[in-house]
Amino acid sequence: MDFKEWEGFEKGEWKRQINVRDFIQKNYTPYEGDSSFLKGTTEKTKNLWNKVLELYEKEKQSNGGVLDIDTKTISTIASHEAGYIDKNLEEIVGLQTDAPLKRAIMPFGGIRIVEKSCEAYGKKVDPEVSKIFHTIRKTHNDGVFSVYTPDIRAARSSHLITGLPDGYGRGRIIGDYRRIALYGVDVLIQEKQEELEILNVDDLTEEVIREREEIFEQIKALEQLKVMAEKYGFDISIPASNAKQAVQWLYFGYLGAIKDQNGAAMSLGRTSTFLDIYIERDIKNGVLTEEQAQEIIDHFVMKLRLVRFLRTPEYNELFSGDPVWVTESIGGMSVDGRTLVTKNSFRILHTLENLGPAPEPNLTVLWSTRLPDGFKRYTAQLSIKTSSIQYENDDVMRATLGDDYGIACCVSPMKIGKQMQFFGARANLAKTLLYAINGGRDELTGKQVTPKFEPIKSEYLSYDEVMEKFDQMMDYVAKIYIKALNAIHYMHDKYSYEAIEMALHDKDIIRTMACGIAGLSVVTDSLSAIKYTKVRVIRDETGLAVEYEIDGDFPKFGNDDDRVDKIAVEVVRKFLNKLKKHQTYRNSKQTLSILTITSNVVYGKATGNTPDGRKAGEPFGPGANPLHGRDTNGALAVMNSIAKLPFEDSEDGISYTFSITPETLGQDEQTKINNLVSMLDGFFAQTGHHINVNVFNRSLLQDAMDHPEKYPQLTIRVSGYAVNFTKLTREQQLDVINRTIHEKM
Amino acid sequence: MSKDLKFYAKVHSVESFGTVDGPGIRFVLFLQGCHLNCKYCHNRDTWDINTGEYKSLEEIIAKIKKYKNYIMPSGGGVTVTGGEPLLQVKFLIELFKRLKKEGISTCIDTSGMVNITKDIKEVLKYTDLVLLDIKHIDPQKCKDLVGVSNEKELEFARYLSDNNIKMWIRQVLVPGYTDSEEDLLKLKDFIKTLKTVDKVQILPYHSMGKYKWKKLNVNYELENVRDATQDDVDKAKKILEI
Repeated sequence: MDFKEWEGFEKGEWKRQINVRDFIQKNYTPYEGDSSFLKGTTEKTKNLWNKVLELYEKEKQSNGGVLDIDTKTISTIASHEAGYIDKNLEEIVGLQTDAPLKRAIMPFGGIRIVEKSCEAYGKKVDPEVSKIFHTIRKTHNDGVFSVYTPDIRAARSSHLITGLPDGYGRGRIIGDYRRIALYGVDVLIQEKQEELEILNVDDLTEEVIREREEIFEQIKALEQLKVMAEKYGFDISIPASNAKQAVQWLYFGYLGAIKDQNGAAMSLGRTSTFLDIYIERDIKNGVLTEEQAQEIIDHFVMKLRLVRFLRTPEYNELFSGDPVWVTESIGGMSVDGRTLVTKNSFRILHTLENLGPAPEPNLTVLWSTRLPDGFKRYTAQLSIKTSSIQYENDDVMRATLGDDYGIACCVSPMKIGKQMQFFGARANLAKTLLYAINGGRDELTGKQVTPKFEPIKSEYLSYDEVMEKFDQMMDYVAKIYIKALNAIHYMHDKYSYEAIEMALHDKDIIRTMACGIAGLSVVTDSLSAIKYTKVRVIRDETGLAVEYEIDGDFPKFGNDDDRVDKIAVEVVRKFLNKLKKHQTYRNSKQTLSILTITSNVVYGKATGNTPDGRKAGEPFGPGANPLHGRDTNGALAVMNSIAKLPFEDSEDGISYTFSITPETLGQDEQTKINNLVSMLDGFFAQTGHHINVNVFNRSLLQDAMDHPEKYPQLTIRVSGYAVNFTKLTREQQLDVINRTIHEKM
Repeated sequence: MSKDLKFYAKVHSVESFGTVDGPGIRFVLFLQGCHLNCKYCHNRDTWDINTGEYKSLEEIIAKIKKYKNYIMPSGGGVTVTGGEPLLQVKFLIELFKRLKKEGISTCIDTSGMVNITKDIKEVLKYTDLVLLDIKHIDPQKCKDLVGVSNEKELEFARYLSDNNIKMWIRQVLVPGYTDSEEDLLKLKDFIKTLKTVDKVQILPYHSMGKYKWKKLNVNYELENVRDATQDDVDKAKKILEI
């Protein structure tokens, strides 16, 4: 292959076959300097951003925070006409519908949820669309519920297994959108046609048939993508010829994905260093200035901030606002030891200053202790200023995933274009423990949810007996959990296949079955209480254990105390091993995450009193966090506890949310930056996987609760992502405020 | 059970992420027990020597070592505070010897209200930095505020200076008690006579420690004293020329 658009690029394997990593490695310019080269906003950017802010304001004033819905057009890649904010100002174009912030309907996941969402915001789905999806076209949601078994339904409705993507899009698939900029769509189609030819085999087995059909769909999607781009006046069949086009092409790929799928998390990948190559070439050729480069990135990020999906208010309650998880992974190191930080890694972070803080895109810094100092300091400085960045351990992930992986959603790493996951939400292990004690009866309703197990009958809990029964109950939960996920992903592939995202993948990919745990610190502390003190069970008249009395003190997770931290490690390993015993859909590899998103609040609500002294209904700790207020040895002790959870057993990520007051971080700006950098270096050297960094005062949040109008852009990190604080429910706001904020008096 | 006080300390608590008691990230060891009665104390629960838990030297060293990954790159170290840490000087000597072996920087946060005994001289040999909290520059006002006059701490400061030990001078700014211009000028003059002062810090008084007094059912005399503001701090800094 050769294209005149590739002039000035170093040749390599990438010219012979699709290989974006090779292109990056041969062509990128590592940057080891500081942030002083960065430029502010141009006039154009200012004007355009002001228009976006006006739109935000209108959206906020609208019914339920939804500005408008196109209730008639079934969203597909090329379904809508071109839409603009202000055509004369936009350097990068493309919207999900024909107008900004107007939401699209995507009924292939499920028609009921679309109808419910429209009704919630005072609209009605076009009757013709409703009719089609109720009577003619089956959806993912219908598919799943036509095969769910009674035990799955019971586990689901009792919140033993929860958040399952059976009524909404699974997401968490990252298309390699860079391929569109580098190769143009025609090369990609040609490649897919060759794949079809590979699958022109003697035996058309079920597997081959499925794969052939999928590739056929992928080619169709790529053709549609060209049609979509044409509506904006671009021909993306050929490679991008300059930086602005590279951003535009790449964004069109992403836009195709978010028009096709209302996925829980629609992440972007690892694009900034790739784009830097184009910017560097243009700057070298004298056709682009630093101001213009920043302008392109600012405009790109504005588009990412406008991504919206139609979701029900309940969904928003679960996830706090309506996050999209436009996760962009930034920085990290190459396997050859060079840093992957480029000037464009700075530029994309700099949008937090140029446009102000925002939850999206979900800016994720891949941290290595070997990152250049200037970059480390810039990220720390921005964290202190904006609380909008999360950090993940590149030194740990690079070992198994190489140097071209990206984060999907919050903490899930995957090789870009070579790996995808079947998102599996999470099992409530705190509830599992209570079911172990109660023989499978629900502690709140008294209902027999699982088959009858022998409950614990003694007055005081014995550690060995509880562990034995907990082990059996985990066996049961693991079995039901995988059954449910197999059904879900079979049907998602069948009725709501992500053709455009998968078109931007290789033919043979790694698939993981991404399971999750909620309530780890509650289970751990409960087991610790049972082991190290006397826990008395209080039962109701039906013999149901409903309350626990603890006599004495016990080691608690989050204090760097091996006696209890070991329990957490053991629980994680055990549960993963149980999941591994089951056959998974498409032979996907079972993985685990310790991540609750913000649903630690609703999971807690659905879980009764626990033996650690947590009261019924109280929130769990988010992700792998200790339970609120249980950590008494300071922030680093928490980090050390969490860092003990082995990444090998939770390859889908271990989330830690850290909040600290500015004063506690240090007395002056430079000290704060130094301390935060050292803290991150230390945490990741201890093999911690993920950390959200929040720097704020409790009083600021309290004021924002009372006067939201004063804080339109107040962004905080809540789990694997960020939210606009004023968009949280009151309950969630209180959870954030009550959560341990490290502060020194 | 009696403990060998060279190898055991009465500990109040620890903080793994200290950032304000000395440079860099610091492991802060709060020792139990204090012989002063500072009216504004925000750690009232550290006074009573009969409470707190005995921890062994080995246990404490093992704990500190877990945080080396954070401490070392930050240029931090270990800060011992309290209470009055110098009341457990024999333990501090052993602790600091061991920390120096580990290459970890050492710091004591003290009032300096102690006799400069052989042991005190010994521990200062292994001390990289002293945070010296001058209670009050005026002897009588000092006695009113903390229960004893300030001779010992001023003597202590001079000893540090004469023996080339680095110190940060700290002054808690209590409105109506320690913030008069006259006293601050006197403090400035005193500081000028010292050769090893690396930093002078104004710590604004706040009433957030009040609840601890209430919890212990003791009267909080500064009930009607307001918190020091940033403005107060700026004024004091101007007077002290820092």
